[in-house]
Amino acid sequence: MAQSNVSGRPFRLFRNLNAKIAAIPMILTALVIFVGFSLWTVVYSFTKSGLLPRQDFVGLMQYERLWSNTKWLISIQNLLIFGICMLVFSFVIGFVLACLMDQKIRFEGVFRTILLYPFALSFVVTGVVWQWLLNPDLGIQSVMRGFGWESFAFDPLNNSRIVMFGVVIAALWQGTGFVMVLLLAGLRGIDDEIWKATRIDGIPTWKTYLFVVVPMLRPVMVTTLVIVTAGIVKVYDLVVAQTNGGPGVSSEVPAKYVYDQMFLNQNLGQGFAASTMMLITVAIIIIPWAYLEFGGRKRG
Amino acid sequence: MVDLTLDGPRGPKPRRAISGRNIMIYGTLIVVALYYLIPLYVMVVTSLKGLPEIRMGNIFAPPVEITFEPWVKAWSEACTGLNCDGLQRGFWNSVRITVPSVIVSILIASINGYALANWRFKGAELFFAILMIGAFIPYQVMLYPMVILLRELGLYGSLTGLVLVHTVFGMPILTLLFRNYFATLPDELFKAARVDGTGFWGIYFRIMLPLSLPIFVVAVILQVTGIWNDFLFGVVYTRPQYYPMTVQLNNIVNTTTGVKEYNVNMAATILTGLVPLVIYFVSGRLFVRGIAAGAVKG
Amino acid sequence: MTEATSQPSLAIHNLQLSFGAVQVLEDVNMQIMPGEFVVLLGGSGSGKSTILNCIAGLLDISDGQIFINGRNVTWEEPKDRGIGMVFQSYALYPQMSVRGNLAFGLKNARLPRQEIASRIARAAEILQIGDYLDRKPAALSGGQRQRVAIGRALVRDVDVFLFDEPLSNLDAKLRAELRVEIKRLHETLGNTMVYVTHDQIEAMTLADRIALLRNGVIQQFASPDEIYRKPVNLYVAGFIGSPSMNFLKGEIAGDSFRFNGRGVSLAGYDGDLSDGPAILGIRPEHVTLSDQPDLEAQVELQEHMGAESVTYLRLDGQRFAIRAPDERRHVIGTTLGLRFDMTRASLFDPRTELRL
Repeated sequence: MAQSNVSGRPFRLFRNLNAKIAAIPMILTALVIFVGFSLWTVVYSFTKSGLLPRQDFVGLMQYERLWSNTKWLISIQNLLIFGICMLVFSFVIGFVLACLMDQKIRFEGVFRTILLYPFALSFVVTGVVWQWLLNPDLGIQSVMRGFGWESFAFDPLNNSRIVMFGVVIAALWQGTGFVMVLLLAGLRGIDDEIWKATRIDGIPTWKTYLFVVVPMLRPVMVTTLVIVTAGIVKVYDLVVAQTNGGPGVSSEVPAKYVYDQMFLNQNLGQGFAASTMMLITVAIIIIPWAYLEFGGRKRG
Repeated sequence: MVDLTLDGPRGPKPRRAISGRNIMIYGTLIVVALYYLIPLYVMVVTSLKGLPEIRMGNIFAPPVEITFEPWVKAWSEACTGLNCDGLQRGFWNSVRITVPSVIVSILIASINGYALANWRFKGAELFFAILMIGAFIPYQVMLYPMVILLRELGLYGSLTGLVLVHTVFGMPILTLLFRNYFATLPDELFKAARVDGTGFWGIYFRIMLPLSLPIFVVAVILQVTGIWNDFLFGVVYTRPQYYPMTVQLNNIVNTTTGVKEYNVNMAATILTGLVPLVIYFVSGRLFVRGIAAGAVKG
Repeated sequence: MTEATSQPSLAIHNLQLSFGAVQVLEDVNMQIMPGEFVVLLGGSGSGKSTILNCIAGLLDISDGQIFINGRNVTWEEPKDRGIGMVFQSYALYPQMSVRGNLAFGLKNARLPRQEIASRIARAAEILQIGDYLDRKPAALSGGQRQRVAIGRALVRDVDVFLFDEPLSNLDAKLRAELRVEIKRLHETLGNTMVYVTHDQIEAMTLADRIALLRNGVIQQFASPDEIYRKPVNLYVAGFIGSPSMNFLKGEIAGDSFRFNGRGVSLAGYDGDLSDGPAILGIRPEHVTLSDQPDLEAQVELQEHMGAESVTYLRLDGQRFAIRAPDERRHVIGTTLGLRFDMTRASLFDPRTELRL
């Protein structure tokens, strides 16, 4: 495997031989799994594979079926709702929290510990806890009504129109701390003298954040954005644990659609087509970013 | 000398401890902190109540009568679909999955990182770039080919197979972590060792390893939490008797048969979250470093 | 120096600063006259930048008062103190053009647009940055960035400029160039300037007066010439000058300094002397070669720098440097006779380390 990429006379092949041997697992993973497996899935998405993969090419049939499948369309719609809400709220809340944490406050460690601990928990735990908190008969809704607010109604997990917002609340609880920590690390990286300069110039704090700091945080923001977005596309266990796609199919997501098609409905071709769509979605996000981040200094 | 009136302000500018600014900052933080803490609190109090008390009262009320029965039941009696011997089976499965996965994945990734940072060979950057991009490929794309690979290797459904999967999918972030760390170590050290005639493995074991304890700790934290919290790979690549704790928790809670035992569910939830939580609270800053390591490039 | 009849441009009274139990500044007093260029000089941790930050209002002081143009600004916000400040890292706003950087503070203060434009035009002309007003800081060289940073202080139209090690991030050649430029700027504008540096060449060339600091205490506050010629204590004497002053431990007996069994006449010394142990300090350039020497020493090493040469000698087991404005070569090991210019020497009390 390692040999194939090294051109030229044999002695060059054996330079750093140990390093190349040591890198074999990485090379195998990169080529076989990440490149090979992805290509395999893309190729087989054009087949009529059912219970087992078959080389029975049918063109775009799987994609046509996919895009006429209500469950898939709902999945895509849900992913959009979930993604937009997650990005907007986790960034706005995460940034505000990071700014507050940056004000040389007391007990910073305590606050950070509290804001980040859900991130250590699994999505399954998150989903189960919020399923319980949002339980209409015993959870938050009933408590609010118990306080005398009789008309209070917040039952997202049984209401197909707002079920995704129930998932968003849980996901925000789990992930906002992460965004906050990354942005805070970015804020801490800003030169102290910039702050001094704005004080001499008499710029109010909020204006400094908005017009000086945010533009300076752009690299951290973009990286965080990419990580969060890649995570959003993968969302699976949270939905499984919290709603299992319900009520009905109203909280289905693409990752769950793929799993269900592949392992429950014995419809591999659909699963491959759907996962290829996920791959394309991520590629649309990643490629421009990777180009901007790494493309410029490739030569060097 | 000039006659200067020394009247007027002197010393530090007086500041009120309770200024509007402070009220806003601490007020917001406290409210948000409460929002974050409520689920944990509710989990704990629910798990300590009896079922009748749960049905009667509200979820925020502290337990009138503390009972540990739900905990016992969650650990050793709750039904997970296949059998009814509780989460303990899942716990030990998770241990048997996590320990070897963490060791193998970190070992391989640290050697990768070392080879990348110190022994730049032709094509290394390309493979690394593929690896980094691979980190963003949705797992669903590689899910089924992996099934085939494991089946061919005779590892499908076994714990060994799952360890392999975790090693492979943990590789990008860990390799990045180690590569960046080794790149910060002084290059002179490496050059001096080479001039002294130390080889690839000699430098790794005698110079790099002893210097990289902190990054190993970060990697362990990252991997233990990541693998313990995994759900998807556990479902796809193992047989039910090897299901990790997360999968079993989901089965316990989302079983459609029988009476919903909320207190048992919550005890099971806490038990499942306990290992990563303990690691989080013990490791503190290192955990933050671990999760930031992937985002902040070196 | 400026006559003391006018009001000081900047006055610091009993300034103290402590962080918890650590006293960073103790009882700093300073009066700086309008148009004066004062350099705060010291090693790291001497408190020089701390004083500057206190003047700017960027640090909360523990005690004392600060007056700018006779106005008590102790509790004022930095922007209201009538100061402009230039930082070591330039601290330009990276996402704004040069023009944006200059205008940001003014716009925020709601100055009329024409006023802003005319101030920027004036600053651009003085600093010769007109050609790159529309570039981003990232597209500028270090020297250009520092000009812009100075420009940002300039457009504020204030009387007092504060410089916090503005040239430390530049390479040696640029540093020398910008140093001259700052000097020129001071002469053009006539503002009061307070300048922090650890570089004694900068201090000596720029300053009207130097305040030499150590551990948060001003050791000496005087003109460069006086600091060089009459350092108040051993620390100041050793800090200023390169190679540094030679010190000889001996004692004063009558009108001569006894060292290693030989006597050096103290005739012409500027100061009050009495018998007892003392340390004689003499700068390398104040020692000449002579046939009728005060002392003799062996050549150990010579450094030729083109315009001058420094010869390191061994004198009674310790190193002793002399500087001569010529290129005379000495064979290593030869014995040279040295004569001291006592009018420019300093004697210190070995116990208090103060100049006698």
